[in-house]
This record gives sequence, structure tokens and C-alpha cells, in this order.
Amino acid sequence: MRRCQKIDFEAFADMQPSLSPAQTSPRANLAGWLYVSPLVLVLVPFFVAPILVVLAASFFATDGFGGLTPGFTLASYVEVLHSALTLKLYLATIKFTVLTWIFTLIIGFFVAYFLVFHVRNQLLAIGLFLLCTVPFWTSNIIRMISWIPLLGKEGLINQVLLGLGVIRQPLEVLLFSDLAVVIAYVHQLTIFMIVPIFNSMARIDKKLIEAAIDAGASRFDIMRLIVVPMSKSGIALGTIFVVSIVMGDFFVVKVMSGGGSASVVSAFYEDVGVLQYPTAAASAVLLTLVLVAIVSLILRTVDIRQEITR
Amino acid sequence: MKSDRGDIELAGICKSFDGVTNVVDGVNLKIADGAYCCFIGPSGCGKTTILRMIAGHEDPSAGEIVIGGQNVVGLAPVQRRTAMMFQSYALFPHLTVRDNIAFALRVRGMSKADRLRAADAMIEKVRLTQFADRLPAQLSGGQQQRVALARAAITEPRVLLLDEPLSALDEQLRVQMRQELRRMQQELGITFIHVTHTQLEAIALADLVVVMEQGKIKQAGAARDVYAHPHDRYVAEFMGGQNVLSGRVEKVNGSTFTLAQAAPDGIEVPLQARSTVSVGDRIDIAVRRDDVALVRPGRELPPGCSTSLPSRVLAIEYQGYFVKVMLDTVPDDAFVAYVPEKTFFADPFTVGDVVMATWATGSALPLA
Repeated sequence: MRRCQKIDFEAFADMQPSLSPAQTSPRANLAGWLYVSPLVLVLVPFFVAPILVVLAASFFATDGFGGLTPGFTLASYVEVLHSALTLKLYLATIKFTVLTWIFTLIIGFFVAYFLVFHVRNQLLAIGLFLLCTVPFWTSNIIRMISWIPLLGKEGLINQVLLGLGVIRQPLEVLLFSDLAVVIAYVHQLTIFMIVPIFNSMARIDKKLIEAAIDAGASRFDIMRLIVVPMSKSGIALGTIFVVSIVMGDFFVVKVMSGGGSASVVSAFYEDVGVLQYPTAAASAVLLTLVLVAIVSLILRTVDIRQEITR
Repeated sequence: MKSDRGDIELAGICKSFDGVTNVVDGVNLKIADGAYCCFIGPSGCGKTTILRMIAGHEDPSAGEIVIGGQNVVGLAPVQRRTAMMFQSYALFPHLTVRDNIAFALRVRGMSKADRLRAADAMIEKVRLTQFADRLPAQLSGGQQQRVALARAAITEPRVLLLDEPLSALDEQLRVQMRQELRRMQQELGITFIHVTHTQLEAIALADLVVVMEQGKIKQAGAARDVYAHPHDRYVAEFMGGQNVLSGRVEKVNGSTFTLAQAAPDGIEVPLQARSTVSVGDRIDIAVRRDDVALVRPGRELPPGCSTSLPSRVLAIEYQGYFVKVMLDTVPDDAFVAYVPEKTFFADPFTVGDVVMATWATGSALPLA
């Protein structure tokens, strides 16, 4: 986000090529800083400062009882990187991330596609779109708890399957399992796919679809050659949302797996619980680096800035 | 499908979107194979709807559309072998010029090498070779128009449908692209149907001009017929270049009749073979603006002129090779004379001058 801020400022300066730099540069500079000041005022105390604190803490030593000794040691990083648990947790988290991403992408894409291209009435489309947000009228915890009557041992699905004679014993795998974790993630995060994809699809000129039909394209061709490439920026944005939320979560994993699974964040949450601040901070810095790498990879594939200003 | 002919017959086609009003109301028309046909009319007259029905993007509520002897209603555009060039072009913004043009071949399953070869040949035909790898946004309006034309033409359709193809261009480019359209049409030898609201465009390009109003065809014919011999007041006023006057028939005498008007002796109008006129009828007549001569009061009328209407000059516009003189000859309608530049400046009028507007009797045309 700091990067964006810098780029916007440069863009502003570029907009004034005709003015001679010697005369107007200070004024243009001032105006530029004024433009970005609201963002700076929010980002510096609430984003930059905490990151710096965590970064500093990751290099401090600890007395084991929550006390920090200022200094510079890589001990925490060595500990985190040497632990076999770290790799295991990253693999588990990446598994959840990939599964959630696949399902939210498929569901989100087709919901957006339906809303944009199949609902003729715009009012109805907006109404259906708002309907997608209904689950968000209640809290995260209630949304998770509400899966219990459906997926639980005595839950609806087991009851039905038992009643139909498909199974003899209730399925244990439905609740408090990895399956439940993925279901809860997909339930929570599909909207983050729908919104940006809907947005970029809605900007596709309907005449393009007609032109493709005129050229003899089938429905599948239109989706493959026109709709998907032109929704790329929405897909990339949704992917960033979903990936960063899943990788930064510990709560859903904890609740929906019944404590059976853990994620990267749940490990350093426990570190904080036992006052191991430097290792927690080191894990947090590592996770941030991994996420930055993933997001820049996504941005490298899709030029979101260019697509949005198109 | 077997037929390669691109002759079109519209038989009683109607289109209604709401089930109440007909946007297209019982249109019958025959368009010959290889003709350049222009539909012209004000916006909302149904011309684009007709085009879209021929293209297969809209189904008629009633009637038949026959292309090359086959009723195509209900068929997809590909099966009709028509191709459409959209208003504002609808180029695929994420594909290069080459991929845009090759798109139809790609979805038809042609191999990559073959379709790129065909696309490159077409790109050369529309003179865009150096732009083949650009995206549409990097092209000028005229270049985009050529891409759209090439994209539509690459499937070798038997009918090419153009929806206001020149409206997004500026004046100079429009004239230039107009010639290019005509050249492409002759080169491809297929039927072009072109929708426009610009009279000059229609008469410059078309073999067949179809003037429409409120879902109905007002007149269809060769450009010169429609311009010089409009059937009725609407066509005369819409195509322009005509003064329309109305009046009551005072007397009918042999080959002419006289229209009561502000003129001392009325207006003498030749009788047309097809029209029957009787005394007392209210009738419209048209006089071409370039047939009107202006004479100062008291001077002798030019030979062949029997009618002269006293008028005051309201405004004068210099148009280069002629001068447009606006007169108050008739109370409610505009009356304009196009005076050749040299004639005008031999004895120039000024605003407020009183002149006699006159024309050769034979050039007045009674309207339906």
C-alpha cells in the first residue's frame, strides 16, 4: 500500500510537464503531499508503525517471561526456521488457501457471470447482488456456529443420509475436520471473489459478446476468449483478498477443525499466549514476506493498475 | 447454406419489443445480390432493428427474412453467412489487431498457422500491416474502423451489415472511409447493408436507398430517384435539397394545374402521369433548392419560368461553390435558394432585400 501511495504522488507530478520545475516544484510538491496526507495520516500510525514494532521485536531477545531485551539477535528466526513444525504449518495453510481459492473462484466467477450476463433486469441483478451479502449481516462466529446443526454428528446431512440408508454410522468427517474448515472459508470469502469479478465483468461492453456471437463463437468460446481474459483484474483482486485472509487466519481453523488442525498464525498466536514475543514476531515477519511475494507474483501476472484505469 | 447469393427479401417483417408498438411495422423489400443498400432515417425509425434482424441478433415478431432463397429466421448469424460491423466497432480490447481479425476463424476451429495467414492477407487488404500487433486502443478511429471491417469480412460472408459505420469519425475521415467502404464492397462483391442517418452518406454510397420513418419504408429506390423525385413531403424534407410548398388546387388545365399561393397568378405545376388532381385538393409540391432563381422585382423572368413569388431575404450563408439564401417566401415552411457563387456575386443581395423567387415550370414536382 505504501507503494501505491508513492506511485500516485509521482503520477501527480508527471501531470504538470508544461510548468517549469524550478518555479512550481515546491508548490506542486506541497499540493502532492496534501493530496496524500489523509492516507499518510492513517497508514503511518496504524500500518507502518505496528510493522516496525513487530520487526524490531523479532530481533530482540527475551527473558522467557514476556520481558524483552533490546538488541539484535537472529535467534528467533533461527528457531522458527529450524522448527519442523513451521514447514508443516505452512503446508497446511497453503493447502487450505489453495482449496479455498479454487472453490471461491469457481463459485464467485459463475455467480458474477450469472448476475452480469444472464439477469436482464438491472434492478433484479442489484437485488441478487445484495442478497449475496446477507450472510454478512451477522457475525463471523454465528456464521460458523450455524454450520453445526447442518454438519454435526446429529446434523441435518447425517440425519438425511442415515434416513435414506446411504450410511449406517454418522459421518464424522463433516464437522471438526479440514473439510469443515474449507467449507467455512468458502462460505465466508466467496463474496470477496464475487465483488471484484462482478465489477470487472460489468464493465465488459455487451456489444463485444454480440460481436463474438456474430463471429460464430459458442458460449464456451465467449467465456474462454472474451469474458475470462477481460475479468482478469477482478480475478486477481479477489485472489489477493482470499489468499491474504486465509493465510492470515487462525480462528476459523481452530473452531471448525475442533483444534485438530492449525495454521501458521495459530502457531504464533500460541507463542504470544506463552509470552514468546520475539519468535511470534519473527513468524509474523516471515508470513508477511511470504504474502508480499505471493501478491507481487499476482500483480506481475495481471497489471491491475492498467486494467482498472482502462 | 448452399447458396452463395446474397440477395435479400424482407417479407412483411414486424418487430415489437413490448407487444404493443411495432418498432418495425410490416416492411417489404428486395435487395439484389451484390448491392450496396443504405437504410436511412431519424433515430428510432427502426433501421437498426431491421439490420439486427437480418444479422440474426434479433428475431422478427412476424414476417420472413429470405437470404439467397432461404428463410433464415431463427438461424444463427454463422448459419446465415452474414457478418456485422458494429457501431463503435466493438473490437475486442484485449486482443491485437491480428487476433481480432482472426477471431472468427479461431472459433471456427481453423489451425493457428492457417488463420494467421488469412488474417495477415486481410490486414494487408485494409492496409494495416504495420499495426498488426497493436491493441485497438492504440489505433486511431479510422484504423479501428478498418479493423472492424476486416474482422467482419474475413469469414467471406454473403451479406455484410454495417451499423452506422462512419458515425464515430470526424468529417474528413468520414468522406475518406466512405470511399474505402465502397471500394471494399466492390472488391468483395457481396451485398452491403449500411444503416446511417446522414443523407450525403446514403446517396454517395448506395445503389438502393431506403428511407424510413416510424418503422415503415417511406421510399426505396436508386439514390438519384429518392433525392430528385421524392414521393412525399417526409422524404423530400428528410433527404434535403428541396423546398416543399403546400396549397389548394385552383384549376387544372391540360398538362398542368395551378396551386393557389401568395403569387399573383398562383403556382403552375406540371401534372404527373400517376397522380390525379382535382380542383380544391390540398397538395404539397417540391422545388429543388438549386432550381430556384432569384430575380430583382421588375426584371424579366428567365425563360421557362411562369411562377414568381415575392420574398424577402432572411439570411445568407456562403457555402463555397454556392450561396445559400434563406427567404420568407412561404409563411410556415423554410424556403431556400442555392444560388451558384458566380451568379450571386455578379449582383449580390443583402439581408432584407425583396426578390422574386422563380423556377422553370417543369421543375416543380407534385408530392403524394
